[in-house]
Amino acid sequence: MYGFEAMTFNIHGGYLEAIVRGHRAGLLTAADYNNLCQCETLDDIKMHLSATEYGPYLQNEPSPLHTTTIVEKCTLKLVDEYKHMLCQATEPLSTFLEYITYGHMIDNVVLIVTGTLHERDVQELLEKCHPLGMFDSIATLAVAQNMRELYRLFLVDTPLAPYFSECITSEDLDDMNIEIMRNTLYKAYLEDFYKFCQKLGGATAEIMSDLLAFEADRRAVNITINSIGTELTRDDRRKLYSNFGLLYPYGHEELAVCEDIDQVRGAMEKYPPYQSIFSKLSYGESQMLDKAFYEEEVKRLCLAFEQQFHYGVFFAYMRLREQEIRNLMWISECVAQNQKSRVHDSVVFIF
Amino acid sequence: MERIEKFIDNLPSMDLMRSEKMTLVQLIIPVESAHRAISYLGELGLLQFRDLNSEKSPFQRTFVNQVKRCGEMSRKLRFFKDQISKAGLLSSVHPVVEPDLELEELEIQLAEHEHELIEMNANSEKLRQTYNELLEFKLVLQKACGFLLPSSNLAGAEERELSENVFSNDDYVETSSLLEQEMRPSDQSGLRFMSGIICKSKALRFERMLFRATRGNMLVNQAPADEEIMDPLTGEMVEKTVFVVHFSGEQARTKILKICEAFGAKCYPVPDDISKQRQITREVSSHLSDLETTLDTGIRHRNKALTSIGYHLTQWMSMVRREKAVYDTLNMLNFDVTKKCLVGEGWCPIFAKAQMQEALQRATFDSNSQVGIIFHVMDAVESPPTYFRTNHFTNAYQEIVDAYGVARYQEANPAVYTVITFPFLFAVMFGDWGHGICLLLGALVLIARESRLSTQKLGSFMEMLFGGRYVLLLMSLFSIYCGLIYNEFFSVPFHIFGGSAYKCRDATCSDAQTAGLIKFRDPYPFGVDPKWRGSRSELPFLNSLKMKMSILLGVTQMNLGIILSYFNARFFRSSLDIRYQFVPQMIFLNSLFGYLSLLIIIKWCTGSQADLYHVMIYMFLSPTNDLGDNELFWGQRALQIVLLLLALVAVPWMLFPKPFILKKLHSERFQGRTYGLLGTSEFDLDLEPDSARQHHEEFNFSEVFVHQMIHSIEFVLGAVSNTASYLRLWALSLAHSELSTVFYEKVLLLAWGYDSFIIRLIGLAVFAFATAFILLMMETLSAFLHALRLHWVEFQNKFYHGDGYKFKPFSFALITDEDD
Repeated sequence: MYGFEAMTFNIHGGYLEAIVRGHRAGLLTAADYNNLCQCETLDDIKMHLSATEYGPYLQNEPSPLHTTTIVEKCTLKLVDEYKHMLCQATEPLSTFLEYITYGHMIDNVVLIVTGTLHERDVQELLEKCHPLGMFDSIATLAVAQNMRELYRLFLVDTPLAPYFSECITSEDLDDMNIEIMRNTLYKAYLEDFYKFCQKLGGATAEIMSDLLAFEADRRAVNITINSIGTELTRDDRRKLYSNFGLLYPYGHEELAVCEDIDQVRGAMEKYPPYQSIFSKLSYGESQMLDKAFYEEEVKRLCLAFEQQFHYGVFFAYMRLREQEIRNLMWISECVAQNQKSRVHDSVVFIF
Repeated sequence: MERIEKFIDNLPSMDLMRSEKMTLVQLIIPVESAHRAISYLGELGLLQFRDLNSEKSPFQRTFVNQVKRCGEMSRKLRFFKDQISKAGLLSSVHPVVEPDLELEELEIQLAEHEHELIEMNANSEKLRQTYNELLEFKLVLQKACGFLLPSSNLAGAEERELSENVFSNDDYVETSSLLEQEMRPSDQSGLRFMSGIICKSKALRFERMLFRATRGNMLVNQAPADEEIMDPLTGEMVEKTVFVVHFSGEQARTKILKICEAFGAKCYPVPDDISKQRQITREVSSHLSDLETTLDTGIRHRNKALTSIGYHLTQWMSMVRREKAVYDTLNMLNFDVTKKCLVGEGWCPIFAKAQMQEALQRATFDSNSQVGIIFHVMDAVESPPTYFRTNHFTNAYQEIVDAYGVARYQEANPAVYTVITFPFLFAVMFGDWGHGICLLLGALVLIARESRLSTQKLGSFMEMLFGGRYVLLLMSLFSIYCGLIYNEFFSVPFHIFGGSAYKCRDATCSDAQTAGLIKFRDPYPFGVDPKWRGSRSELPFLNSLKMKMSILLGVTQMNLGIILSYFNARFFRSSLDIRYQFVPQMIFLNSLFGYLSLLIIIKWCTGSQADLYHVMIYMFLSPTNDLGDNELFWGQRALQIVLLLLALVAVPWMLFPKPFILKKLHSERFQGRTYGLLGTSEFDLDLEPDSARQHHEEFNFSEVFVHQMIHSIEFVLGAVSNTASYLRLWALSLAHSELSTVFYEKVLLLAWGYDSFIIRLIGLAVFAFATAFILLMMETLSAFLHALRLHWVEFQNKFYHGDGYKFKPFSFALITDEDD
């Protein structure tokens, strides 16, 4: 796969690429969203979705629906599709597909550990976990008292183990440490994924490095904004940034010393791709930043489908579907709570 | 000419030839009778509604609530069906016929049934859980005792007492309280144990996790449980493993407890004393048998309820489906301004108007409406749908034609001719009356079982075979006929119609292969003389026969196609098409290939030795030269020159006049006016009445001309290539007969040459398989596809537009179950 993907890609990847492109054609369009936004009740949403690919997953739900049911069923569809693809995949695509889920695994680990810290019921926490990020021993995470134990007892079996090497401390688990752990893990994960994609070479490396760089930069910005005003030192903050991406290394130096949102903005506006994101926001505003980033991400993910013979489409499809499920969740919540005026606040149209 | 026209006008009208005359009708239905009217129309099934609310999304429509209720009811019905099939009950084949329920009643009934069923399920699930726990406890007791026996004397008296107390409480569900008791320190050494049960698949990981968590300071004993336990969620039987963990220390205990919880392992206390154990086992067993009977009664009760639901299930399902269809249709109607009437539009065949009016009156009467339903015919702008009334027999042929394209409204329908020409052309390629008889038997089996097969669900392959059973029937009959002409029965010739016309020159027949035979009496009365088989000139003779026959059939069918284009032009009153398309096309085709056909027939009749290739080729290269030996009849040269000139004239004739005349008519119509849309559109109506008012687009001369040019070139080249294409009839027939000869001679006869029974049997088996799979299945398929091509391309491109759309009436009979 070094520049000659077109010759050999279809031997192993052709079928699945066709599948994933077919799935992508089933994503909801702007017209669908417009119709969904006009719904009065959750039943209306179900009725509209029954005409889409979600139909078979929702048709057997009894009538008083809840937002969680809709989201759960929609996620189930994504998981089914993912599992189907994973079953059909051969190396290195199967590893690539597995990499996609590691992010959810990290989130799930953090969720369980935080939950047990606050003495929540494990079963309840398990239900909240993303099904893509499940692994066998996830339920037993609650036993761990500190990070070393967490690693030694449970995570050593999971694919996350190598990412842990940086954050094994004997410190007790508290909110701050967990958040640092999450970001360290994520950093290691993104770097590893990035390296893996570079190793694959060809169009995959090209497209994935763009997508992952965006992801890394977005995380850097988020870390910066979230750590403003906390006791995280500049050096610690600097350590959480992934060592690649557009901002690496000079942008990171600047972000590390930022003290308020406008400084972040100043640092970011030096990079043309991010200038457009920040130009949409008024000064001092960080609420809409998430949406702006999501919109930019969706745009980039859609572009990944423009090229053929690469694995980026799988990543892009999974991400787009997740965005779609977030949209559906938001719309359903707005409909359920009679806040229809706010529907457009956080819906990111995909097409 | 006049007389011909008159004769044509007086021909009996053919129902299949033209699609039904359709009309656009408008219904104005008072709200109170709307539902009934629509359902009566659905029973009639002859009206295709137009969606008047297409700009509205599904939940903005009027009857969205009813549609939702129907969706909810069908969900409940699906739930029942699922439960019935899970319980292993068969839904009754003969549904009880009941008077139709009202939708509201049905809804209430369904809700009751669902409620009842869910409650029963919950109860039995609770029981099942208790039962499972007891069963697990029993298993743990059985197995764990084995491990614990050596340490039984270590057990403290205190624990024994406590567990005794617990068990005498009859409170077996409260395992948590049991757990509390069980964790008492059992002796001074601090060595304690915990016993429980876990899924077999998780056991290994569980053990590893325990090992890690306690840093190896523990001991696990495991034993597989004897019985499988039903998982209450999925209803599947799961294998379990009983385990006993020995450990020490309070911290380890909490850890192990958490791990147990995380792995879904259930812990049960086991007393150390053997007599206690026996006692508890006894108690647990007796409880188990109690519960079992309760569970059984519950299941029986539930099954009874399900059976009673199953009686009505099919009826309810079809009813809900119909209701949903009615409301979906009602959603296509518009409210008029006063909100008291629904306005609907739709296409219906003209013959059905009386029936529909009658149905609508019935609806008005039955729903006691004060106001009748208004039903009137409207003018249509768009082209009406195409509707052919077919029966069992013609349906398959119509499908063959529709697969290419649905006929334009009222255009000549090739299916009429396809009924015969399709099986016939197939048989020309598949001529062997032995194979034909095999096909006939298959077709007859399908037809004999028609009533049974049509009700059940078939696989996709069988479905196709069954759908084409009448095609298969005619195909096999024609293959028998063609097989008799070719005189082939599994490639063996028979003397059916008397003796051969040929005999050997002398009694020994030694020179039959070299010098040939002599004819001594009248020709063989029907088909190919059997003596040709195996002779030296067999192939040249058959090739010449089949090739010529293919050309004759092809020219005939193409002529039929062009003649149909005449009928189309006549029907749509387009004299332009007759004069500048039909006439030159006829002349072109017949002056070249019609002439060839004539030559073939003359050659057959006179037995002339003329070389037809030579005649045809030199007709173009040097038409004035003398024909010499190849002259078949007097005046042939003059005729050839005339035909050639006619063909040359026909090409510009079909190319130039039509676009120029169209242009002239167009400019006359507007007479220099820039805005001319209001004028009479007589010409338009004359030309294409089916798209009457849509024809307002700009007249673009170059486009029309290019279109005409393409059409002409296609016809001229097509005349040659299509004629050549018909030679596939010869090629496939040759391939078929050669292949069957190979199987017969090289397999069956070869095997028969040996004197061994086994070799003969093997030879017979190979022959039978080859005949069945290669000749009967593959060859049938290939001949079918070639016949299909000849119809779709060579025949239909002469006249068939195929750009219409099908009539899809709203009909209850056509609603299919989308779940299946």
